[in-house]
Amino acid sequence: MAINWFKYSAPSAFYNLAGKVIPWFAVPATILFVAGIYTGFFVAPSDAQQGEAYRIIFIHVPASILSMFLYLVMAAYAALGLIFNTRLSSMMATALAPTGALFAFVSLWTGAFWGKPMWGAWWVWDARLTSELILLFLYFGFIALHASIDDVRRADRAAALLAIVGAVNVPIIYFSVRWWNTLHQGATIKFTGTSMHIAMQQAMFMLLLAGWLYAVAVTLFRVRSIILEREKNTRWVAELVEVQQ
Amino acid sequence: MNWADFFNMGGYAFYVWGAYGVSLSVFIIEVLMVRHKRTVTLRQVRLLNRAGE
Repeated sequence: MAINWFKYSAPSAFYNLAGKVIPWFAVPATILFVAGIYTGFFVAPSDAQQGEAYRIIFIHVPASILSMFLYLVMAAYAALGLIFNTRLSSMMATALAPTGALFAFVSLWTGAFWGKPMWGAWWVWDARLTSELILLFLYFGFIALHASIDDVRRADRAAALLAIVGAVNVPIIYFSVRWWNTLHQGATIKFTGTSMHIAMQQAMFMLLLAGWLYAVAVTLFRVRSIILEREKNTRWVAELVEVQQ
Repeated sequence: MNWADFFNMGGYAFYVWGAYGVSLSVFIIEVLMVRHKRTVTLRQVRLLNRAGE
């Protein structure tokens, strides 16, 4: 086990590593996405109560899980950057924020399109929906705060504090359906197992995995641009083949 | 089940395709945006480099 992980905390080494591994995430993400959609629409049966409308679950649940998961990953990177003063950690947090915000948006959007036919309302000020909306605003707040401070290292520190404090919202979203009486249904996947049809489970897990792989690929792609931007005055950037062209 | 039934989604076509269509578009737009950002960033870095030479 002679891998020196600290080597990759240097932006120059990580820039090259990220460039190499992106296809290893992007290609399986595409394959799993197609397989998951196929299973969700052509293999999984109709729902006894909700007919075909329930098929929104295959995108709604993975997007919701990822919106929360990516927030925690973003907050963890931000905290690492704050504590150890590592530039790359802060760059990763910045790169994760837009993708996390997109997943939160997709969660809310698909939720509205599911809520309208099932509950009769696009939106209700319910504990689960409201806390997910707050999550989207936390992502926006992180992005806006970071963009509003000129000194990039100060921006990293201020945004990191916001991300860490905001992390308290994630368990609130997760447990909201248990703590409060809400219109939103209970957890679909429980630690004790699930009551779903096997093909429904497969479709959901394939799309969850596809979403995770997609998030990794697109974040690594974005962080490479952020690294270039922040390191533009260094020798190693000047010597890159893509810069020399 | 034929294709017309499939697209009809048991009467929920607007909701199902509205949810999937927008979600898919959002991800496609994100991919285009990160690619655009890379093109723009590389162009800036090249210009800076040439100015410094």
